[in-house]
Amino acid sequence: MKKFIVSILIITLALTSAFASGASETSKSVSTDGSTSMEKVIGSLGEAFMANNKGVSFTYNPTGSGSGIQAVSEGRCDIGLSSRALKDSEKAKGLKETVLALDGIAIVVNPNNSVSDLSLDDLSKIFTGEIKSWKELGGDDSEIVVIGREAGSGTRDGFESITKTSDKCVYRQELTSTGDVIATVSSNENAIGYASLSAVKSTVKALKIDGVIPSEETIKDNTYKVQRPFVMVTVEGKQLNETADKFFNWALSSEAAPIISKAGAIPLV
Amino acid sequence: MKEKAISIIFTIIGLVAVLFVLLITVYLIIAGIPAIGEIGFINFMFGKVWRSTGVNPEFGILPFILTSIWGTCGALFIGLPLGFFSSVYLAKMAPKRVRDLFVVVIGVISGIPSVVYGLVGMLILVPLIRNVFSLPDGASLFAAIIVLAIMILPTVIKVSLTSLEAVPKEYEEASLALGANETETYFRISVPAAKSGILTGIVLGIGRAIGEAMAVMMVAGNVANMPSLFQSVRFLTTAVAIEMSYSSGLQRQALFSIALVLFVFIMLINAILMALREEKDK
Repeated sequence: MKKFIVSILIITLALTSAFASGASETSKSVSTDGSTSMEKVIGSLGEAFMANNKGVSFTYNPTGSGSGIQAVSEGRCDIGLSSRALKDSEKAKGLKETVLALDGIAIVVNPNNSVSDLSLDDLSKIFTGEIKSWKELGGDDSEIVVIGREAGSGTRDGFESITKTSDKCVYRQELTSTGDVIATVSSNENAIGYASLSAVKSTVKALKIDGVIPSEETIKDNTYKVQRPFVMVTVEGKQLNETADKFFNWALSSEAAPIISKAGAIPLV
Repeated sequence: MKEKAISIIFTIIGLVAVLFVLLITVYLIIAGIPAIGEIGFINFMFGKVWRSTGVNPEFGILPFILTSIWGTCGALFIGLPLGFFSSVYLAKMAPKRVRDLFVVVIGVISGIPSVVYGLVGMLILVPLIRNVFSLPDGASLFAAIIVLAIMILPTVIKVSLTSLEAVPKEYEEASLALGANETETYFRISVPAAKSGILTGIVLGIGRAIGEAMAVMMVAGNVANMPSLFQSVRFLTTAVAIEMSYSSGLQRQALFSIALVLFVFIMLINAILMALREEKDK
């Protein structure tokens, strides 16, 4: 019995010391914190990065752009993630933005809808309930059914900030996933909704905005307006640890580009 | 010695179940009270606007409470007569083979996951409502009521059926012997004798309807409007479920407060159920 207790003690000791030594190698880890919209992109980048570099740990804390920016400025993570450009006030606090990728938000309608081009202004008016019928836009005489995402969703936040309709949108339905939005729009001829460009399927029609069709090219050259940047936020002048720096540069390299496009965003290189 | 050990083990296992209930209750109260305090009880319970992520957030859950009440009442309005008459038919009038078949079918229906109800509702019921009532969109309180009515049917039928079948044969035989016909016997003798069981079935049905989230989320549209039959609405349950994943700060605390309100509702329903049971024992 005594032997048994002693051996358990030894094993426990061995385990704790093993964990302790693991924890001391913090420089071998990258911690990121921020935008929930970037989950897919940063998740696949992190996975690939860990696979390429043995013994490196990568963490991502999906808290939202605001919290991520806050976290990096307080030093609680290595890289902050934001799905909007930094405000001037944030830059003034010594934060630096590096655009990792671009995210296009497609405006989708039913394929049977005769409207195929909207101005950004009309788009805002539709979502705030100022324009109520497709007739006013040259379509059929039927009520527009506005489909959106739930409060807190990254796509909703992105769409509403680009169209300047934050807090003002009047939705007919609020759904919890991009798939639900696509499914609902494809089954209702009067519906209009928004979804990440990468999620758009042939069951719905992506509208031109101000005459520009959403595509990788038009988003990159900034002619398609409903887009937002995915930004990595760091503190100006503060050196990243070796692993975080390696990740930062690798994520911007052409090596990481296919991973980013596979995750649905548009890489810059 | 052995017996004592086993008794202790069973007591502990029993206590674990009690402990979980206590933990959930205490946690909900601790997590739910602060936001109510911050928002103000009146503003929270009777506020008509829910805008949790706005620049000036507002947390009024009256639309959710009313929607939950209306939705449950509507589901009962449709589901109750259907369930009640089916159980009387199955217990008293149906041939044995029909009854057995129905019991199996009802068992299967009650085992269908709620997400399946939601999916079928979303793909078939919602477009149907849009076309039949020529609305711009079919996702509405009405769609949710229909789905809930179907979901509470098996509960209502099962419990009522059991208690109707437990009515002693002598009661019915005496009634028939006195010259009442079969229908009179069933509705004047059997149903009153099985009253508390049928009421239990109804209360359990209410509990199921008010606590359902997934199926409702897929057909109700989820916009925080004041309830109206063909409008998009949000229930207490869906209000928690839909925003929880991205919530933070006061918004998250307020979601816990909603859960607390829902919990109080469910507790009230359970209290009614217990009162009914006690009456039965008397």
